[in-house]
Amino acid sequence: MTGRGPLIEAGVEHRFGPYGGQYVPETLMPALDELETAWVAARDDAGYKAQLGDLLRDYAGRPTPLYLAERLSELAGREIWLKREDLMHTGSHKLNNALGQALLAKGMGKHRIIAETGAGQHGVASATACALLGLQCIVYMGAEDCRRQAPNVQRMQLLGAEVVSVEAGARTLKEAVSEAIRDWVSSVATTHYIIGSAVGPAPYPALVRDLQRVIGDEARAALLERTGRLPDRVIACVGGGSNSIGIFTPFVVDADVALIGVEAAGEGLDSGRHGAPLTVGGRAGVLHGSLSAVMQDADGQITEAHSISAGLDYPGSGPEHAHLRDSGRARYVAVADADALRAFREVTRLEGIIPALETSHALHYALHVDGDGSQRDLVCLSGRGDKDLAEVIAQDDDA
Amino acid sequence: MGKPARDRVPAVEQTGEDRIAAAFALRSGSAALMPYLMGGFPDIATSRAIGEAYAANGADLIELGVPYSDPLADGPVIHAAGTAALRAGATLDGVLGVGEALAGRVPVVLMCYVNLVLARGADAFAQTLREAGISGLIVPDLPLGEEPAIADACAAHGIALVPLVAPTTTDERLALIGARARGFLYAVSVTGTTGERGSREQAFGELLARVKAQTTAPVALGFGIATAEHAAEAAGAGADGVIVGSRLVRAAAESDDPAAAAGELVAKLAAGLIR
Ligand SMILES: Cc1ncc(COP(=O)(O)O)c(C=O)c1O
Repeated sequence: MTGRGPLIEAGVEHRFGPYGGQYVPETLMPALDELETAWVAARDDAGYKAQLGDLLRDYAGRPTPLYLAERLSELAGREIWLKREDLMHTGSHKLNNALGQALLAKGMGKHRIIAETGAGQHGVASATACALLGLQCIVYMGAEDCRRQAPNVQRMQLLGAEVVSVEAGARTLKEAVSEAIRDWVSSVATTHYIIGSAVGPAPYPALVRDLQRVIGDEARAALLERTGRLPDRVIACVGGGSNSIGIFTPFVVDADVALIGVEAAGEGLDSGRHGAPLTVGGRAGVLHGSLSAVMQDADGQITEAHSISAGLDYPGSGPEHAHLRDSGRARYVAVADADALRAFREVTRLEGIIPALETSHALHYALHVDGDGSQRDLVCLSGRGDKDLAEVIAQDDDA
Repeated sequence: MGKPARDRVPAVEQTGEDRIAAAFALRSGSAALMPYLMGGFPDIATSRAIGEAYAANGADLIELGVPYSDPLADGPVIHAAGTAALRAGATLDGVLGVGEALAGRVPVVLMCYVNLVLARGADAFAQTLREAGISGLIVPDLPLGEEPAIADACAAHGIALVPLVAPTTTDERLALIGARARGFLYAVSVTGTTGERGSREQAFGELLARVKAQTTAPVALGFGIATAEHAAEAAGAGADGVIVGSRLVRAAAESDDPAAAAGELVAKLAAGLIR
């Protein structure tokens, strides 16, 4: 064990300010304890760290490049640096988490993996990690998301995963997570649940953050090495909040660096059809095992989110983000469907990079919203947009 | 226990815990029968009629479910019924109205996911239950460790907060949960969500023996109990109470006369328990 304080060494954060916790059926509690114990041991274990580090480098392609996008910089009137998670194997940041958790599960002797997915990127990442490590993989995905992210369904199946289409509710990410949790309640002895974002009951929000902070660690070091200076702002899209917490975490101590999370405004915050619980605020609530910013009605029923991007179409948020918001350390804003679509095209044409629709929300914010005097933005290019082509082209036909 | 305001309640108020204890005491030697009712399914009026049929046909207590958007502990039958109830316009207040109507006949224990409790505030929620005459509260996503604020609010209003234990619960946790149980302890008979299953008499016995070693509260067995034989097996294995859910909800969903169908099934279940 290395030099962590005794409190941290005993476990991971269960609460971020008032947020977080473990609001799950009793059946799962021993598994959450077991997972936390395994993670606390693994994160300081030389063998685990070396194995994950080698895989991230040789198999997944880390470190990912840090790219100064000159044509975007010209458009924005300030430097736009892109952290290229789209260039990682499988095309998004999701593999950082999926590889780390799949290795952990294997070490725990759990050979059946379940995962949920919205955009399909976490499903593909989990299916990939399971193929590599010889684990069984079942992915829950809303029926609407199976439709709009069809190429990723095919990729998962090719990789050997079973994709279960979920028909409940709005047939999107929220229902996929719920169905994965129900599976886990029944299969917990043999199964590990690789949750795909920095959400869920403790220890997941901390575990996923720890596995995703490599994004921020690399970007911060590379910027300092190349320019000797930190960015004025760090900008990332927020679905559940994993790429954003990953890139924010190393900058939290840098008080002069603004942290901005970009949620989905969908058809507009006033329309109620959005995925922006952190931006809108209001009473906190419990969804999928933790207390955080959620979209809910007066009784406390969770309401349906809406976004053109499946990965941001979620009424909840990671508990650490709610705490970063309340403490004033990070700011959360929202970008509408139409603006994200425009940024998708713009970045494709100007840079020859097709970004994911999720990422396009953050790109719109960096390119078209007043920069508050920033001279230098670091944007997490969380994933590539190949999966979104059909959806974007269909939107064109509608227009 | 704090002193609750006594304005809207009769001077000789029994607490919810008292009512639950009396219902279990009546069936000592056998097992109390506690059918589950999805509030507001298929609509508020019919769900009330189903509950009345439960009471008329041998229910000793009623577990009243509040439909919820994201019921993580429920299998397909109860999930679908909850979704249908919400679509039909069920609200928390509407379901509490059903509970108030039934509470005059048998003790009612509300089964409600935690976000609905937090949305109203723990104290206001517990007070509303007391005013409706509801005796107890089961929160399936409130495990040991997260319960103190809600437990305090329930205690202050005489509402029994009923914890759950599962086959995966360690003996260490069982002891802590058993000591905190009020009203009764809800033993989940399977590692899984609600739903009908085959006979598992042996598993019933092992779980009940572990649980009863750790608590003085009555122990009710639920999840997966669907037939009179299961109920009799549970009672034979030492359960103080038997909870039947999905089978009854399915009967209500499949019948043109849900109250009659549910009543008939409850009568059969009651006949399976020696009285
Ligand atoms: C490319 C990409 N970016 C962002 C997200 C949003 O997730 P998170 O907020 O966890 O990073 C997703 C989710 O599917 C995604 O695929």
